[in-house]
Amino acid sequence: MDVSKLTITETRALLADRKINAQELINAFLSYIRKTDGDTKAFINVTEEQALMRAKKIDDAVKSGKNLGPLSGVPMGVKDNICTKDIKTTCASKMLDNFLPPYDATVVERLHDAGAITLGKLNMDEFAMGSSTENSYYFKTKNPWDGGRVPGGSSGGSAAAVASGQVVYSLGSDTGGSIRQPAAFCGVVGLKPSYGRVSRWGLVAFAPSMDQVGPITKNVRDCALVLNNIAGHDSLDTTSMDCEVPDYERALVDDIKGLRVGIPEEFFGKGTDPAVIDRVERAIGILEEQGAICEKTTLPNSKYALPVYYVIATCEASSGLARFDGVRFGCRSEAEDLVSMYKSTRAEGFGPEVKFRILLGTYLLGPENYDKYYTKALKVRTLIRDDFERAFKKYDILVSPTTPTTAFKFGERMSNPAAMRQSDLLTIPANMAGIPAITVPCGLVEGMPVGMQIMGRPFGEKTLLRAAYTYECHRGCDYMTPTTGGGLGEGV
Amino acid sequence: MREYETVIGLEVHAELKTESKIFCACTTEFGGEPNTHVCPVCLGMPGALPVLNKKVVEYAIKAALALNCEIASICRFDRKNYFYPDLPKAYQISQQDFPIAAGGYLMINTPDGEKKIGINRLHMEEDAGKLVHAGDDIARADYSLVDFNRSTVPLVEIVSEPHLRSPGEARAYLDHLKAILEYTEVSDCKMQEGSLRCDANISVMPKGSKEFGVKTELKNMNSFRALQRALEYEVERQIGLLKEGKEVLHETRTWNEQKGITEVLRSKEEAEGYRFFPDPDLMPLVIDEQWVEAVKTTIPELPADKKERLMKDYDLPEYDAGVITSSKSLAKFYDSCVGLYDDPKEISNWLMGELLRLLNTNNIEIEDSPITAENLVELLKLQDEGVISGSIAKKVFEEMFETGTDPETIVEKKGLKQISDVGELGQIVNGVMEKNPQSVEDYRGGKERALKFLVGQVMKETRGKANPQLVNELFLKKL
Repeated sequence: MDVSKLTITETRALLADRKINAQELINAFLSYIRKTDGDTKAFINVTEEQALMRAKKIDDAVKSGKNLGPLSGVPMGVKDNICTKDIKTTCASKMLDNFLPPYDATVVERLHDAGAITLGKLNMDEFAMGSSTENSYYFKTKNPWDGGRVPGGSSGGSAAAVASGQVVYSLGSDTGGSIRQPAAFCGVVGLKPSYGRVSRWGLVAFAPSMDQVGPITKNVRDCALVLNNIAGHDSLDTTSMDCEVPDYERALVDDIKGLRVGIPEEFFGKGTDPAVIDRVERAIGILEEQGAICEKTTLPNSKYALPVYYVIATCEASSGLARFDGVRFGCRSEAEDLVSMYKSTRAEGFGPEVKFRILLGTYLLGPENYDKYYTKALKVRTLIRDDFERAFKKYDILVSPTTPTTAFKFGERMSNPAAMRQSDLLTIPANMAGIPAITVPCGLVEGMPVGMQIMGRPFGEKTLLRAAYTYECHRGCDYMTPTTGGGLGEGV
Repeated sequence: MREYETVIGLEVHAELKTESKIFCACTTEFGGEPNTHVCPVCLGMPGALPVLNKKVVEYAIKAALALNCEIASICRFDRKNYFYPDLPKAYQISQQDFPIAAGGYLMINTPDGEKKIGINRLHMEEDAGKLVHAGDDIARADYSLVDFNRSTVPLVEIVSEPHLRSPGEARAYLDHLKAILEYTEVSDCKMQEGSLRCDANISVMPKGSKEFGVKTELKNMNSFRALQRALEYEVERQIGLLKEGKEVLHETRTWNEQKGITEVLRSKEEAEGYRFFPDPDLMPLVIDEQWVEAVKTTIPELPADKKERLMKDYDLPEYDAGVITSSKSLAKFYDSCVGLYDDPKEISNWLMGELLRLLNTNNIEIEDSPITAENLVELLKLQDEGVISGSIAKKVFEEMFETGTDPETIVEKKGLKQISDVGELGQIVNGVMEKNPQSVEDYRGGKERALKFLVGQVMKETRGKANPQLVNELFLKKL
């Protein structure tokens, strides 16, 4: 049985109709992973034993007629910076090569409670720092659409595993675009929820004021289904909002008549590939056909988002990653005295990009730089947020390309950090403002997928999903996969 | 000779006695096997997040109100970054720019009368773990072990203004501060257990100078006495340097209890920048007026008010009232006694005299006193009723302290009842007069002092049990 194209809804139907049991399903996925992952390399760790155990429990529950959770038996993958109890959580870093968390992240716990089965932990840029998954301590993950190209990052493994069908859906984390950028590069749907929508408990922090966990799925419906099960207040995370969680599946209505759509011109600037702009404009055309009122608008301060992001994120990271000192967990280099132990552990345990960001953040928080950079960055961040607030008085959603280009080739940007950072140019503003943003595939450029980004008001995920769903209904294909060639072709 | 003036400011850390830690649900209990009161949060594990304990905020508000501080309507937590093995996250969550409270004061008594000492700020923070060195000291240890039981236990840091002008004033400030924290029941304030810690900033300057001298920061003073001694030493040291025309260096010094001196710990130039910045894991804390008002109603009578009341209600001298109210437990003990026996001054004498003396020499806290309020009052009644004499009472008291037995049993068992039988005493008086004809002569010849000697002889013969007043009367009759 070919399991690689299954969505959550289809998988649930197969299991509900007893066409297959959970163990058979999981075995099918495991053998597909064995077949493909030698090449794709999305997984750092396949958790076969635990997955089969969980599947057996579900089959037993079915036999005894128990009520099953909404995601029961559906296999997923988890980015390796999200803690899984007694399963290695490495953050793709040598530093945590041997780290076994004694606890599950809240998102993992909630999905397991809903019946989900974790197939393994997925590759990423070390500590979520990067845009191509090339910063993994372990190996590079290939883009399933073109083995010579990166899957994006930092959740490259999560996007590649979904695009190649190794899992039905996955969890990623997004601090500056780390869900949306790889999802766009791999032709799948990725959602960064509003800041505070999803618990961060158990997500190894990169920049806590922006980090959010979110789903990467094959289509918009799956995205809503996963969000339904991970969203909501968590008493272990005081930055998670204590407000109502709507049923996101019910938001999936093919109707956007009268929806006011803003098109921020800064996101269509000269840094963005005209072919990418073309595909997104066509997608906007479909929204218009469906009754949306589209209008150009402007977010003037968003051009500062990238430098502001690098100040705030590196400052937070320099402090948050200080706990990796070799004293209690992770790797420790033997040395003569305490300070040498700290130094050699951190010198050997962290890769170059992580070191660069820790150094930068440490420098920026220094007494002579603090006001000049950190305080100033916070002020500009407020301006960026104000821009969005103003725009959302007029528009229900804002639409843009997710990335300035499609997936680039391995090595192409490793020696050019500025170019590498450009790939997050269009995703970072949403993190700065704490607003939700989703990417939906909207066509191909030279055989590589393009993503359309839809941004919404804080906690306005319902509207995002409705717009994305409506677009998907009229896009011309249910979902795009590398094996079907996308269905959309070049010129849709 | 040039005269110098001392300037002292104190930074006091008090552990709040909430049941659980400031950012997780682990117990704050002292002791316990190493690393048994821990969880992912207080171990700083990856992905763990702090959740603020509301009780801690309540206690901090309570302490701040008792210290006449202004409560901030919005405050914030910051990260203080530095590496040390007892600090699991490599940053301490503290409050730097926006503390929960500021601008308070407390009053102290000085030889020149009452003095107001400003409190600059009060803020909340988490404690670190504890290093246990496998050797005599850190320099000679082969390795060190870390116990994280104390990690993330709530603290308030209370920073005074540099208003203290002598080690004695510093001591008085700390005494009063401790009493306030005890009365409000926010902290145990046990310096030996580390639930109260005090650092001092101290400088000297020529008398009348407007500019403070270069200060040193003193650490590691583990008792009230140590604080005073260290400050006294440091005053002498700094004045000595200035007199020799040398400079005082801006440095952190540690008190060496054995040697009785302060030693350099690190120079301030080496001191690292802590790179404070707002902790993104915690939202700004909003405290509305209602909350503050609600906490206000839970503040009990404070030491200064209690002192006034003791002076007014019981006619106690200011000194007595001050000593008794300096510790909440002592005041409580006093209250219990006064409730049972109506002689406030006599009770005060015994508390401040015998009881405190024995407690201090045996290093026992008043809470653990082997003598209960009931037993002390019993003893005073026996004395008052003439069952035992005053000198016997002191002996019985010591016995009570040693054994914890009630006074009646001791008096009974040891046959210490006062002899008040006129016939029995008359015989003893006659005997003493016979044995000491010279003294009898002296008295009759007008030497009043001879009577005292004769009474003393009777007391000696009866091993203190004779009723001294009766003996006196008998002598006067017979002489």
